[in-house]
Amino acid sequence: MKQTLSTYLRQLEAESIHIMREVAAEFDNPVMLYSIGKDSAVMLHLAMKAFYPSKPPFPLLHIDTTWKFKEMIAFRDAEVERLNLNLKVYTNEQGVRDAISPITHGSALYTDIMKTQALKQALSAGGYDAAFGGARRDEEKSRAKERIYSFRNASHNWDPKRQRPELWRLANNHLAPGESMRVFPLSNWTELDVWTYIYLEDIPVVPLYFAKERPVVERDGMLIMVDDDRLPLEPGETPQMRKIRFRTLGCYPLTGAVESDATTLPEVIEELVGARSSERQGRIIDHDQSGSMEKKKQEGYF
Amino acid sequence: MAHLQVVGSDKDDAEARLNARLAAEEERGLLRFLTCGSVDDGKSTLIGRLLFDAAQVYEDQLKGAERDSTHGRAGSGGEIDLSLLVDGLQAEREQGITIDVAYRYFSTPRRKFIVADTPGHVQYTRNMATGASNCDFAVLLVDARNGVLNQTRRHACICSLLGIRKVAVAVNKMDLIDYDEAKFQAIVEDFTNFAGSLGFEDITFIPVSALKGDNVMEPSNHMRWYHGPTLLGHLETVRVDRAARTEPFRFTVQWVNRPHLDFRGYSGSIAGGTIRPGEEVVINPSGKRVHVARIVTADGDLEEAEAGDAVTLVFAEEVDASRGDIISKVDEAPAVADQIAARVIWFEEEPMLPGRSYAIKCGTQETTATISSLKYKLNVDNLDHVAGKTLDMNEVGSCNIATGRPLVFDPYADIPETGSFLLIDRLNNTTVAAGMIEFGLRRATNVQWQELSIDKVARSGLKGQKPCVLWFTGLSGSGKSTIANMMEKRLHAMGRHTYVLDGDNVRHGLNKDLGFSDADRVENIRRVAETAKLFVEAGVIVMVSFISPFRSERRMARELFDDGEFLEVFVDTPLAVCEERDPKGLYKKARAGLISNFTGVDSEYEQPENPEYAMRTAEASADEAAEKLLTELRRRGII
Repeated sequence: MKQTLSTYLRQLEAESIHIMREVAAEFDNPVMLYSIGKDSAVMLHLAMKAFYPSKPPFPLLHIDTTWKFKEMIAFRDAEVERLNLNLKVYTNEQGVRDAISPITHGSALYTDIMKTQALKQALSAGGYDAAFGGARRDEEKSRAKERIYSFRNASHNWDPKRQRPELWRLANNHLAPGESMRVFPLSNWTELDVWTYIYLEDIPVVPLYFAKERPVVERDGMLIMVDDDRLPLEPGETPQMRKIRFRTLGCYPLTGAVESDATTLPEVIEELVGARSSERQGRIIDHDQSGSMEKKKQEGYF
Repeated sequence: MAHLQVVGSDKDDAEARLNARLAAEEERGLLRFLTCGSVDDGKSTLIGRLLFDAAQVYEDQLKGAERDSTHGRAGSGGEIDLSLLVDGLQAEREQGITIDVAYRYFSTPRRKFIVADTPGHVQYTRNMATGASNCDFAVLLVDARNGVLNQTRRHACICSLLGIRKVAVAVNKMDLIDYDEAKFQAIVEDFTNFAGSLGFEDITFIPVSALKGDNVMEPSNHMRWYHGPTLLGHLETVRVDRAARTEPFRFTVQWVNRPHLDFRGYSGSIAGGTIRPGEEVVINPSGKRVHVARIVTADGDLEEAEAGDAVTLVFAEEVDASRGDIISKVDEAPAVADQIAARVIWFEEEPMLPGRSYAIKCGTQETTATISSLKYKLNVDNLDHVAGKTLDMNEVGSCNIATGRPLVFDPYADIPETGSFLLIDRLNNTTVAAGMIEFGLRRATNVQWQELSIDKVARSGLKGQKPCVLWFTGLSGSGKSTIANMMEKRLHAMGRHTYVLDGDNVRHGLNKDLGFSDADRVENIRRVAETAKLFVEAGVIVMVSFISPFRSERRMARELFDDGEFLEVFVDTPLAVCEERDPKGLYKKARAGLISNFTGVDSEYEQPENPEYAMRTAEASADEAAEKLLTELRRRGII
């Protein structure tokens, strides 16, 4: 029989709800970054709970790089319709005109233009003074250092050496014009907490997290799914059908799949408990060099 | 290439196994702890060791640390530098120090852990305090070679201030002193002597080597003389439960939940105690009493909610509550005060300045705050109280603080969540200090409030001024009203709230039933004095311009006010000058016998014996006299 939420998960849930309510009360124009993945799914679920019976008093924002998995976009639109929410989708149109692609321009330049720059443009255009993100401290070691209220200057940059003290549940929300706050309500959740919560709360997630026969090619030790015909095949390369799933979801050419038989949440969780690698191993953009996440964060990435 | 394996033998039972595991996990508690101590005592290495030994490190993370070990930090003979697993910032890896707190999550079959790895450098004490503020337990590291250092004591002191009652002192790098028991014992003695007054309930000393793993998870073979627990063993078993359920009920209102006209709820978190529908509660500070009708959550209404829960309360009665209010039960309301005594940890290079206005965030309340005085600084070496005027960066002191409007709070020692605050610089928005409330400074705050009684201090605090009465006395025509009006214009221009009670005007209204007999003159003064008192109670600076010829009535007026509030200003103008000025032609009429009982003519003026201020208007212009009086008010600290 399915267990109820553990005391620990209830504490995590209450902490996240507390943070979201603080932001809704303290900032003029908050927005919630919605990246469609499992962390966003949990964050959105918590937002629905935090303000019940009201709707979350802020819009969702999706930065669409145009290279997301098709199933992600379909899932996004279904969720927004199911929950009747206000979703804003932003794409860096200059990047589209310049035909910036992860394949021809490399992951670093592509991520900067289509993700980081796009995000900064969208936040500035919307005049948002606070933006929720689903980042967790257990994801990566520079994230482990970040505050729940992460101050950004007018250029959206993070200064890891000058973070504001954040004691107890008290955060300094004071901003000068143009400055903003990134807020991470899932800071203290681990990957296992997220999956366990998804299971216990029946939260819908993108089907790509579950194993299925999908067309893939193998490149530099990574399994890349051929999601559409924009992925150029190298000579002699033919997509193979393999039973795969994803631990993390991003842009399809930059996201490595794992071979797996896990088709249900309990199986996904069981695989996770026995896993030997961290979820971010499936992200090409993290591996450019040690400290690359920190660098991207300083430049304004989430 | 990654390939995940399903661990269990029978895949179909994954769900059953998961739920069995979740059921077992409910038995495992959570311990939030921090590692602290001086720089280079090996805090990050210790956490790396704990994560590594508890098998909580993924292969790719280990590879990253391995790669970084070969360039960058001085490795020790090809071993992986375990501190690289936690030092997440480039600058940290380059400099080999910890700048900011890192949070790590791991678990053993007995417990879940959230560990805050905090920096040792004195420069980053604010980050250490950030990490410590949410912890129940501290692991204080000491380098066995160096013993207890200033920074060790500072961190112990901050842990104690923040309310941590149990600590483990991990004497690290025992391998570098040949696992010498005598040296370990000397450190134990040294720390025990120092920590006597810190109020720790339990101090457990453990000799370890984070680098080699001695007594971290496995008992050490090198220290057979040590019979205590390993560090992990201690972390798994130490009891730190806070009995939050049994505390007085506290609900902090964060957000008014109003989806449509038929629903009005108050969303917030329970900081202490429990609540059930039907119970009577008080909204603080308004003091209004209401009944809880529903405890609303997205998962359905609750029959009971307890400390830690985030819920939405709906009241049976129509009331107005707002963000910042604290809901309590009827007979255990929190304190309300606009003056508090608090312990403060100063974070910024710019020193704390008494008198300067900061923003204060206390729970969901925010207002302005001024440090009225620094009572003492704490010497972190020996915990002595040291006199001082300001606090410099990383210093700890006990202060009196005046707030722009009253705060609802509990002493930090009773309920940390409703007794803690941040101070924020209003110009550059930096968080300059964290504070823990000791108590409210005025007695009235501890009694049960029916409705909040706003008093003189509260009102004048809001106006940012010291109320007082300037009692101008002198002959008719001496210049009292002229100077009082000039004073009011000047004070008004300075942003002070003022009022002038002028003899002639009051006699047209409040006192129009009174004549000029001695008895009526006394009643005239009594009424004006009482009226002035009401204005002072309202926080206003009052100028009373009355001849008030008799000493005893002036004394009677004086006695209505607190010390320092009543300033008798003698407008000392000779009768001849007044008579010559005669602005209203009254002297002429008196001399002609048309008015009787006229002061100076046929009624006596008793000169003040000890006025707070005397001015001779015959020798100076009214302008100069007013300017001098302002100087006097400044000298007395009134403006």
